[in-house]
Amino acid sequence: MFRRIPISAMIGLVLTGAFAFTAIFAPWISPYGMAEIVGDVWEPSSSQFWLGTDNLGRDLLSRMIYGARVTIFIAAAATAFSFTFGSILGFTAAVLGHRADQIMSRSVDLLMSIPTLIFALVVLSVLPANMLTLILVMGVLDSTRVYRLSRAVAVDINVMDYVEAARLRGEGTRWIIFREILPNALSPLVAELGLRFIFAVLFLSSLSFLGLGVQPPEADWGGIVKENKDGIIFGIPAALIPAFAISALAISVNLVADWILNRTSDLKGGRG
Amino acid sequence: MANPLVEIKNLKIEATVYPPGEKPHDIVIVENVSLTLERGQVMGLIGESGAGKSTIGLAALAYGRGGIRLSGEIFVNGRDILKASAKSLRKLRGKEVTYVSQSAAASFNPARRLMEQVIETTLLHKLSNKRDAEARAVELFAALGLPDPENIGRRFPHQVSGGQLQRVMTAMALCPKPDLIIFDEPTTALDVTTQIDVLAAIKNAIKETGVAALYITHDLAVVAQVTDEIMVLRNGKMVEHGPVKQIIEAPIEAYTKELVSAHSIEHEEKPPRDNPVLVVKNISASYGGGVQVLSDISVELHPGQTLAVVGESGSGKSTLARVITGLLPPSQGSISFDGKELPKALKQRSLEELRELQMIYQMADVAMNPRQTVGTIIGRPLQLYFGIRGAEKRRMVIELLDQIEMGEKFIDRYPAELSGGQKQRVCIARSLAAKPKLIICDEVTSALDPLVADGILRLLLDLQKEQQVAYLFITHDLATVRSIADSIAVMYQGKLVRYGPKSEVLSPPFDDYTDLLLSSVPEMRIGWLESVLKSRKMESAGN
Repeated sequence: MFRRIPISAMIGLVLTGAFAFTAIFAPWISPYGMAEIVGDVWEPSSSQFWLGTDNLGRDLLSRMIYGARVTIFIAAAATAFSFTFGSILGFTAAVLGHRADQIMSRSVDLLMSIPTLIFALVVLSVLPANMLTLILVMGVLDSTRVYRLSRAVAVDINVMDYVEAARLRGEGTRWIIFREILPNALSPLVAELGLRFIFAVLFLSSLSFLGLGVQPPEADWGGIVKENKDGIIFGIPAALIPAFAISALAISVNLVADWILNRTSDLKGGRG
Repeated sequence: MANPLVEIKNLKIEATVYPPGEKPHDIVIVENVSLTLERGQVMGLIGESGAGKSTIGLAALAYGRGGIRLSGEIFVNGRDILKASAKSLRKLRGKEVTYVSQSAAASFNPARRLMEQVIETTLLHKLSNKRDAEARAVELFAALGLPDPENIGRRFPHQVSGGQLQRVMTAMALCPKPDLIIFDEPTTALDVTTQIDVLAAIKNAIKETGVAALYITHDLAVVAQVTDEIMVLRNGKMVEHGPVKQIIEAPIEAYTKELVSAHSIEHEEKPPRDNPVLVVKNISASYGGGVQVLSDISVELHPGQTLAVVGESGSGKSTLARVITGLLPPSQGSISFDGKELPKALKQRSLEELRELQMIYQMADVAMNPRQTVGTIIGRPLQLYFGIRGAEKRRMVIELLDQIEMGEKFIDRYPAELSGGQKQRVCIARSLAAKPKLIICDEVTSALDPLVADGILRLLLDLQKEQQVAYLFITHDLATVRSIADSIAVMYQGKLVRYGPKSEVLSPPFDDYTDLLLSSVPEMRIGWLESVLKSRKMESAGN
């Protein structure tokens, strides 16, 4: 199957792979320690510090590498959580219908009516600030979007003759959700997955920028922007580097998602 | 006249296909088709789906759907339209040549009134002013037998019935006084009782206006009523071409003979034996407590027999199936299965009760999960009802595949890799896997080509002989009913109008509706249309 990868997907795979590699092997790749002060404040890039140093004189490249680890891990975990949680609830609502659907959908509406960022700020300022709460809060808030999408997709599939045939056969709700609906709902969900992951990265960065996400001295991309934002007035590009990293990640992940989408929407088992 | 109206010479239609994972390559859709059409002449193009008949029809407008390449020569009124510029084509389309499509409901703009759409091309081509165009449209409405011709143009498409809409579309095609009209399966989506009216209207209109027509259909009996000549197509090639009389009465090619003799299954009516497997007693049902869809229906079905339920769309025949399967609990009445009374709602029925009553759907491609292989689809009932797994399951699936005349090589395919007939066979195998006592067949052959449908019916009859399974066969096609039923229930507007053994139901004296239904089935005989219109007792309702 790997012989037929289109060039765009290849680029996406290589870049995403590079991001993943960086994140996993951060301590071995980064030239300096994460919180180690190694130079002057806001040194320009040089052979010693490739991206220069930050507001405290730490090596920016090392901070970016460690930041990738934290950012990508939290965003991926939150996305995984929101997709599992949101899609299962969405499918269940569509299959059960009637009152169960009403109760679940209206609760989700309620949750969605509060701006996500404000909701997260309130919850996070009350709860202890650690990685687990971050993942759970981001996951639950994001799952409302996934719930909406998967319910809408599943409602359409639920009225297909093959689902009715499964009901007539006497299949239980679990079979109908996981065997009849899920495989046919995969395409829109995969497309959404790529986008949601990037939104999670942005969301986490916003939280960190506002000081409620990842706590210093731990590095993450939003935190790096926050720490170096004052440098922008002096023409120091340090705050823009995370932005570049986020867009590179967004593009490469979505190139891969598009390719998976092409493969999953094929009805001939990928060999047609 | 020196020049014929239309002359198609060596038409070849190609397209490039891009199968995933393979190199793009060219396929030939239509090859080496030539025909001439004089003014006022009507030619029928006939063939199965995929024969290229619609593609040829559109080619007469110099139009190809989605990246199709036309080559050869098509002369309309003496000029080669394949070489014509876009501007002169625009003059041709809608003025000299017009088009009537299969699904009128999908072809009208639902947001605009009928009149605006009917006279649109006439005005666009500046053929007359608005008042004259409207007057002509009203005349055409009257000629086509539409009710209230003065005012029907003010309605929206959803405010008229399917048969009426099809006639409005014919009026639209006739309005600019074209030289040629292309009819692309104009009656296929209609009920038989409606089809006959539309057919008569079209035939009249052609005769009165003297327009030439290409009539595309898969139904030989229909084409025999309206055309002068018939061209039989198969896989994009011409099989046979000749006057109607010769094609119908003395076909030369083997394929044409097959087409002419389709629906030739003979089935002896069997007397009922044993106790009935299904007894439906005084069933009434409605959707959401509102309109009553079924009232007081009682039928019986014996093991190894076929009960055909016939009626036009909206007669409640599919609702009856939903009631029996438990999807729609009835408001009154009872259903007993094999002597025991069945719970009304699906949820209250036991797995064993569900197993004994299986269902086959009209659209096989949506009745199977596109993400499951044939093996999974057929194997699931085996596992669910009998707990059979692994190698034993695979062996039994292969056995079932052999029974439906398909064989082991299909076991790992996905539904998208099967043809329409094969899909329906897999659905049959899936229901057989449950070893049911009764199978409900909901219009199982109506989406299939006649020859393929014949194969499916034969298979069903053979399986019935072997396994003594009973069929409740829902259909609107009386030819099918004649071939397979033992007893017949005729439904009209939610009521049972006639019920009994086949020989009784199909022999006179008839009630008015059954007479209308029976007489509306097109017969492969020239002049049938006129004789029926003269002799029938009841106008088809509301069409």
